[in-house]
Amino acid sequence: MSDSWPLWEVFIRGKRGLNHVHVGSLHSPDAEMALRNARDVYTRRNEGTSIWVVPSAQITASSPEEKDSFFTSSADKVYRHPTFYVVAEEIPHI
Amino acid sequence: MPTENLFKALVREDDNGQWAFGTGFTDGLARVDRGVPEGVDRADLAEYCLMLGDDALIYAQRLSEWCSKAPEIEEDIALANIALDLLGHARVLLARVAEVREEGDEDALAYWRDAPQFRNVRLAELDLGPGPGGDFAATMARLLLFSSWRLAIFTRLAGSRDRLLAALAAKGAKEITYHRDHATQWVIRLGAGTSYSRARMTAGLDAVWPYAEELFAPHPVETRLAAQGVAVDPATVRTEVLGVLTEVLAHAELPPPAFVPDGEPHPGRDGEHTEELGPLLDEMQSLVRAMPGATW
Repeated sequence: MSDSWPLWEVFIRGKRGLNHVHVGSLHSPDAEMALRNARDVYTRRNEGTSIWVVPSAQITASSPEEKDSFFTSSADKVYRHPTFYVVAEEIPHI
Repeated sequence: MPTENLFKALVREDDNGQWAFGTGFTDGLARVDRGVPEGVDRADLAEYCLMLGDDALIYAQRLSEWCSKAPEIEEDIALANIALDLLGHARVLLARVAEVREEGDEDALAYWRDAPQFRNVRLAELDLGPGPGGDFAATMARLLLFSSWRLAIFTRLAGSRDRLLAALAAKGAKEITYHRDHATQWVIRLGAGTSYSRARMTAGLDAVWPYAEELFAPHPVETRLAAQGVAVDPATVRTEVLGVLTEVLAHAELPPPAFVPDGEPHPGRDGEHTEELGPLLDEMQSLVRAMPGATW
């Protein structure tokens, strides 16, 4: 039966109003059940307030072979970090 | 600013450090007034809590039998979650029994009674699988009937004069809404699925219908407490539950429920059970009875 149930990626938003974060994957026959399975598998310990599920097949991923051409260029450009600003303590999660 | 660990973004400030992530647990019943409402017979109140508590305890044990045997690990966890919700109800209710009786505790009630002393409806104890007793479809049929009925009861019980019952029912109703939704999703998928899944779903529903009327037969204890605004007379939820079931089954392209009266109004509530309760209790109670007082 596992062979016929597609894989879904699960994203959960926690209590602080942050972004949805990828927490794992699961098998489910369709989107509605995937949402419920995600609730059961990934929010059992009071982690979440919102869930997204996405068919794993719909995710286009960068390939390990492309790692160098994709990421080498940014490795030595520290000036791209906005490190010259002081972020006020009252503004979290930036 | 970015957190150093993504999972830290998922926990709350009042992290109690108990879990890898996910915290902020609260006990909504901690500050509820536990006094027995004026004019209410303590023995009746204890008996009523025992009925609702045994329904939850015995059904939780049945559901937990699916753990590691469901079609998928996701479904293992879903059924175990539902079982744990019900076990939570059972703990509150059996503790209330001991408190009102001023005798024993929840463990003594769960582990040291025999079948005739249990007050659950027979629907809760039926062996509907895994194994030769039934299958996943029958399990979903029972979950649909049980949760539709219990949700209707708990929704009304949230207005009980007994503050603890009211608080438990208000919290429990939210949980049972999810249980009913889970069953609904599967009954629709199986009923409106293939001709094979439809046949299995139909057989599953037919296995539980004979135990439906018992759910709506008021026990004298329920009748007395309902008159005092403490309990819910189950006869008053029959129309609503039938309506819910009929609607779900219509979505599943299945005929409406066929409740079959079996003559006995409330055998489970009076301790008359099927032969299937004994083996369930044997397993549930075996460790405690083999090693009384054992801790781990």
